[in-house]
Amino acid sequence: MTFLHASEMRGGYGSGADILHGCTLTVQKGEIAVIVGPNGAGKSTAMKAVFGMLNLREGHVHLGGEDITQLSPQERVYKGMGFVPQTHNIFPTMTVRENLEMGAFIRNDDIEETIEQVYELFPAVKDKRNQNAGELSGGQRQQVAVGRALMTQPKLLMLDEPTAGVSPIVMDELFDRIIEVARTGISILMVEQNARQALEIADKGYVLVQGANAYTDTGAALLANPEVRRTFLGG
Amino acid sequence: MTKPDMKKSRAPQYFLAMALLISAVGLLQSWNSALSILNMGLISAIMALGVNLQWGYAGLFNVGVMGFVALGGLAVVLTSMPPVPAAWSAGGGRIVAALVVGVAIIAGAAVLWKKMPKGRTRGLVLTAFLVAGFFLFRFLLDPAVAAIEAVDPAVSGYLGGLGLPVMLAWPVGGILAAGAAWLVAKTALGLRSDYLAIATLGIAEIILAVMKNEDWLSRGVKNVNGLPRPVPNEIDLQNAQWFLDMMTRFGMDPTTGSSIFVKLLYALLFLAVIILIVTAMELALKSPWGRMMRAIRDNEVAAEAMGKNVTGRHLQIFVLGAAIIGVAGAMMTTLDGQLTPTTYQPLRYTFLVWVMVIVGGSGNNWGAVLGGMLIWFLWIEVEPIGAWIVNVITSGMDDGSAFKAGLIERVAYMRYLTMGVILLVVLRFSPRGLLPEK
Amino acid sequence: MDILNALVAFANFVLIPATAYGAQLALGALGVTLIYGVLRFSNFAHGETMSFGAMVVVLVTALFQSWGISLGPLPTALLALPFGIAVTALLLLTTDRVVYKFYRKVKAAPVMLVIVSTGVMFVMNGVVRMVVGTEDRRFADGARFLVNARDFKAWSGLDEGLAIKTTQVITVVVALITVAALFWFLNKTRTGKSMRAFSDNEDLALLSGINPERVVTITWLLVAALATIAGALYGLDKSFKPFIYQQLLLPVFAAAIVGGIGNPLGAIAGGFVIAFSEVTLTYAFKKVITYLSPDSWSPDGLVQLLSTDYKFAVSFAILIIVLLFKPTGLFKGQSI
Repeated sequence: MTFLHASEMRGGYGSGADILHGCTLTVQKGEIAVIVGPNGAGKSTAMKAVFGMLNLREGHVHLGGEDITQLSPQERVYKGMGFVPQTHNIFPTMTVRENLEMGAFIRNDDIEETIEQVYELFPAVKDKRNQNAGELSGGQRQQVAVGRALMTQPKLLMLDEPTAGVSPIVMDELFDRIIEVARTGISILMVEQNARQALEIADKGYVLVQGANAYTDTGAALLANPEVRRTFLGG
Repeated sequence: MTKPDMKKSRAPQYFLAMALLISAVGLLQSWNSALSILNMGLISAIMALGVNLQWGYAGLFNVGVMGFVALGGLAVVLTSMPPVPAAWSAGGGRIVAALVVGVAIIAGAAVLWKKMPKGRTRGLVLTAFLVAGFFLFRFLLDPAVAAIEAVDPAVSGYLGGLGLPVMLAWPVGGILAAGAAWLVAKTALGLRSDYLAIATLGIAEIILAVMKNEDWLSRGVKNVNGLPRPVPNEIDLQNAQWFLDMMTRFGMDPTTGSSIFVKLLYALLFLAVIILIVTAMELALKSPWGRMMRAIRDNEVAAEAMGKNVTGRHLQIFVLGAAIIGVAGAMMTTLDGQLTPTTYQPLRYTFLVWVMVIVGGSGNNWGAVLGGMLIWFLWIEVEPIGAWIVNVITSGMDDGSAFKAGLIERVAYMRYLTMGVILLVVLRFSPRGLLPEK
Repeated sequence: MDILNALVAFANFVLIPATAYGAQLALGALGVTLIYGVLRFSNFAHGETMSFGAMVVVLVTALFQSWGISLGPLPTALLALPFGIAVTALLLLTTDRVVYKFYRKVKAAPVMLVIVSTGVMFVMNGVVRMVVGTEDRRFADGARFLVNARDFKAWSGLDEGLAIKTTQVITVVVALITVAALFWFLNKTRTGKSMRAFSDNEDLALLSGINPERVVTITWLLVAALATIAGALYGLDKSFKPFIYQQLLLPVFAAAIVGGIGNPLGAIAGGFVIAFSEVTLTYAFKKVITYLSPDSWSPDGLVQLLSTDYKFAVSFAILIIVLLFKPTGLFKGQSI
């Protein structure tokens, strides 16, 4: 079933020029969808549009069948969206555990179980739970950031270039975790620079060019598509 | 030069209104009060011009205005008072030696810092050097200070000045302030805006501490009275035949007339200075230098990327602005005829000038002049106006009533509240001020 | 014996006063640092806020005294503190709604807010002047000394008497309680944590569903408490001069910046660094040195490194040194 359906999105930041020119993204339940494309294609913008961080002039965003186009990012969090920004995605002077607690700020029920789940998913996060998040390495910070977003028990987790600036080994590890998250039934929408590796784990891939869909297929199919390989994956 | 701009803006109307306000004081209160307001208004306008140069042209947040004003005042004493030979022979040489040694120690420390390799040794050596230097400095200075301050303490007890014409003190005041500003700028200009603010706030307090404490320099809190004047003395005028003749012709009382005459002369001098400064600033603003300054203010990052030396430009403008404030400080002390370090308060000499700049219109020199005059006018007149209002409101009440007495007492403090409200209202509803930047 | 005498003299004139002063500065700096951390501007009106809070405490104390309410050996002002905090909180919240909120909405530059805060400073200064005028007021009552110099001499047999004023002890005790409560709030409660989160990363805090206006309100409430307590303690210890607080602005800011602005722990450390430096460098060590040196040798001068008027220079010098060599402060603060 289609969980996220963002159709024909058109818009830009503030009153500036349009960056998205009719971009459509859909994600099924428990599916990993990856947005790739050249620099300046509007990948992050498309994701921010899904999360309500820019005004759409055209198009709609449906989550679980409900039209959420008019909702603010905060309201979308309540509807089951989790967002991990590319940078500044942790509270640096707070402990790792406190970061998780803040992630669950909107919840009024017991959050211990979710914290345990995050600890289970990211053992490094558990080990460092009493350290300030700002003191962690880049890869560990990303784990904390993802963990923080998971604390609201989102149904759709959006990640903006989660592997930016981390080593290949850490990247593989992070992707493994993301697959694990998807297995629990959470849909994943991810923007990635490391297109090849990301498409390898993707159920569905979107290649964006100039704010519009250029290719849409399964990750494997895109990897196999000679056109895509030549143009976007460097051969 | 500035005529075409004046035509387009509302400046002429505002300045006319300002003139009417001051005339109203002349008619309703006295011409003496009106001219006092005019004179201090003109001086305030110059202070505002200095702050406007720093803030309006370069976005530098200086809250040490008071310190530069006070340095201008110090310049008047150091330039125009006659030297005290007894004090000089008692300890003048030693003081000079101590100051030279003091400067040498600081220079030496700077050299050590640069020459020595980084590390703990450098820190320790430098600390030891500075501590030893401090004791050497005090060893030289203290006896000389004691000797000088013992020389006829009731009237002098200080080294005196150079005995030069008092008008010379105005540029000297500018130079002193510029020197202090250069030191501040060298250390603090690279910092974030609010740290620069705190640094300037601190330097102003230190300048005041020196002036209150170093009696050998300017008698500290014992004040220096009877400063020379650039204009004739009222008493001399009252005894001069030509002046008495003139007064008879105008049908004026010579005592009042002499005081008005003196104030008018001051007003002319101050006006001349203002015209000089505004002309120079307007010329500078339209020059390539001024355009670059504004480009830097509007987008520091871009200017830096284009290879402009932003910190260097800021240093220039900070020093220049402080110099203008110093000139105004010297003019004010000349007008007062005395230097009283205890009267310098940050609210009055720093933050009030800021109100002037913001209300007048930051980035606009005519705005700074207008703001200076208008805010000074209100600063003085809010109190009588308030008292008048209270009197009208409470006219039905018994004169002895505690409520009425209390109200009248409270009105005396209304100016602070009023200034705050004016500043907040202007910031909120007309942040570009009365005469916005073109 | 002489070493003990010297020690007592040192405690009397440096250690004890500097501890009390340090506690007052620390509380003041905590207020500045909280505002900076959450609202992101240097609040120049903070000195006047302290003055206002202290003024309300003074007035309520006078009222209680006229009703015959007292705390026995303790100053009545302690009873008046909650009222001072409440009125100050009301003032700060009103100011926020009427003045600051607008600039948050339009996302004004921090320097704009600093200028706005100078306007608030004028208004508060005017209000204080209009309510209580400008004279000094002593409002400390109860026992004056906890340890009396004469009793101490009789008890210890030393020449030098140790004197500890009740107000000094109260300052330290109240400051300890306040700081402990503040840190408990910031580190243990959900609301406190949300405040720290907001200070750390505003955008992420918003994404996490933290209500910024609520954080701001709570910040002002805390600031009201800290400023009133700091102001009242300073007034109790010395006397209530409405305008002395304006002069506290520099050491308070210096303390906050030296410690690392935005960092509460740093504000406390900074307060004590500034206080001890000021008091030590401006204290005349003649007495201490006389005790320590042989009878025949006693210093001629006061052995005072700097005249008391130069205490600003001390705060300032420390501030500049820290800014030049460690711009984020002793404890890591925000350096945006």
